[in-house]
Amino acid sequence: MTVLKIKFSFQRRVRLAQGLWLLSWVAMFTGVVIFSLGVFLKTELLRRSEVMHTMDIHMVPNMLMLVGLASVGINLCAGRICQDSMDVARFTRWKNFLTPFFMVSLLFTSLLLVAMSLSYALQPSLEESLKIGLKNGIRFYKDTDTPGRCFQKQTIDRLQMEFQCCGNSNFKDWFEVQWINNRYLDFTSKEVKDRMRSNVDGRYLVDGVPFSCCNPASPRPCIQERILDNSAHHNYEYHIEELNLHSRGCREALLSYYMGLMNTIGPGVLSVFLVQMSVLASLRYLQTAMIGVEEQENMEVETEGYILEKGVKETLNEAKENLKNLVPGWNGGQVVDEATEGDAEAEKAA
Amino acid sequence: MVLMKMKFSFQKRVKLAQSLWLLSWMATVAGSITFCLGCFLKIELRKRAEVMGNTDIYIVPHTLMIVGLGGLGINYFAGRICQDALDPSRFPQWKTFLKPYFGASMFVTFLMFMAMLMSFIMKGSLESSLLIGLRKGIRFYKDTDTPGRCFQKQSIDRLQMDFQCCGNDDYRDWFEVQWISNRYLDLSTKDVKDRIKSNVDGRYLLDGVPFSCCNPSSPRPCIQYQLTNDTAHFSYEHQTEELNLYLRGCREALVSYYGGLMNTIGVIVLSVLLVQGSVLASLRYLQTSLEALEGQADAEAESEGYLLEKSVKETVMEWLEPVLKLLQLNQVASEEGDAAPA
Repeated sequence: MTVLKIKFSFQRRVRLAQGLWLLSWVAMFTGVVIFSLGVFLKTELLRRSEVMHTMDIHMVPNMLMLVGLASVGINLCAGRICQDSMDVARFTRWKNFLTPFFMVSLLFTSLLLVAMSLSYALQPSLEESLKIGLKNGIRFYKDTDTPGRCFQKQTIDRLQMEFQCCGNSNFKDWFEVQWINNRYLDFTSKEVKDRMRSNVDGRYLVDGVPFSCCNPASPRPCIQERILDNSAHHNYEYHIEELNLHSRGCREALLSYYMGLMNTIGPGVLSVFLVQMSVLASLRYLQTAMIGVEEQENMEVETEGYILEKGVKETLNEAKENLKNLVPGWNGGQVVDEATEGDAEAEKAA
Repeated sequence: MVLMKMKFSFQKRVKLAQSLWLLSWMATVAGSITFCLGCFLKIELRKRAEVMGNTDIYIVPHTLMIVGLGGLGINYFAGRICQDALDPSRFPQWKTFLKPYFGASMFVTFLMFMAMLMSFIMKGSLESSLLIGLRKGIRFYKDTDTPGRCFQKQSIDRLQMDFQCCGNDDYRDWFEVQWISNRYLDLSTKDVKDRIKSNVDGRYLLDGVPFSCCNPSSPRPCIQYQLTNDTAHFSYEHQTEELNLYLRGCREALVSYYGGLMNTIGVIVLSVLLVQGSVLASLRYLQTSLEALEGQADAEAESEGYLLEKSVKETVMEWLEPVLKLLQLNQVASEEGDAAPA
């Protein structure tokens, strides 16, 4: 039982070929767009790679770039095939090429859907990666004299200013680490010695934050030290003070930024998927319609086009049979074993 | 004496018309680029309008936009004329149009030249405007409760962070103004009372700067208060400390930013001017070489084209004659008036 059979007169075939040619150019252009979207997303992820612990999320832009390049190739072939379809003699040379071509094209096109679903599925992984990366960044903020970490301070400062965020979950993360280097602490003063003795690890902890947490929208000059001490500042209560520092955590800010990017790219990817599938479907109809033309050796007869010759289940079984024949070791292995078993039995019997 | 005479065979005329058509399309694109550049410059100037004292500098983007639109019109007509040029029946309909057309085109080209000059020389005016605007901005930084000035603090903070600059000339400008509002000062403490009494105007002045002056590239946490007091901070000497705050003044930063922008625009407008000039010259040659053919039956004859029929001086006198006549008329009328009562 053929799937989705449609009758094609000569005129209809000609129009199908023309429409397919146009569509293949559109699809090639969208393939380039997908590639550049992948490049853009990868660049944005690489810019903040210092506060990310793992690179799992890079699978999404990598897949987009791969599919973009592949679709340019696929659509070039589709354009050539439909140009040759008007001439029966030239069309026959594509015959053996077409079935593997469809397999490969379907594979690459489905990768688009996989990329889209991955962009949602990898969200927890991205959040975890940001959590660990930001924790390390805040911990090594003070190490501006350690090779390999000297730019950590600058990175975190610029990140907090650009994304208008403070700390990992909120500004209180800065109270738990020593973010002032020992080089700038006067160890002879009582205050410093008291603070260092007040905790097990001997760290200089303050209820203060770096200047990059300051919110420019605040009506008063920024209060960055003794934040929890209401009496240290005139007319100040830290419970109700909202505008002084950025209230959002950097993890939430970065996550929402990247999710927004991927949500914007999502509909584009979906529409490119639909365009590509329509190209492949039209090509399949053209191929199957041309089979009838070849048989009757007359360009102008009416033929039938279909998506699948037999039903879905039968086609899958057929495909499995073909694969088994292609890979002799599979079942062939069984046959060889049986032969050796037979020999062994024969020897035993003898 | 004819100016820049050139002989044009039929083939040469055809090639001239074809290249003029191409050139006119190029010049149309160039005109739209000029218009977009004008819009872009205006938007960039508007973004920082709060720290500019006057709006003199807006003449540059406005001129660019006018020139861009004018160029579009001129080149559209140039394309139409050269399409009709090689058809002797259609060309005469343009005859009366061409003289005012060249007048308008010369005016637009002159405006383009002025726009290019202005974008190179208006930096001085921009600098004085910024000097006044930034001084006002720093003075009203603390007035976040005064209607009309409540966003001054935010715009100055964002300006200093975006352009990586501090104060007008440098960070010491903040020492001369009170940038902390009285609402946040405890007027009962001794320190505050001393500072307020230390100067004539009763302002709370301190050797500190807002947080937006802090440089993220500094290896140590930002020092914003007691900047000139070396003993207040451990291992700190304010004379040798370079990375703590931004050293550049905001006026210098903004002038270099807008100056660079306008220099680039000036260079682009120069090339657009050259393209436009070549379009007009080619059109003039085409017009004069076709006019020389008039009356001759053979459209394929060789003719001469020129830029100006007489020399520059004579042409200018010709143009000015009507104007002079008007003035002389007044003179004659007044003489008659004097003669009559006498």
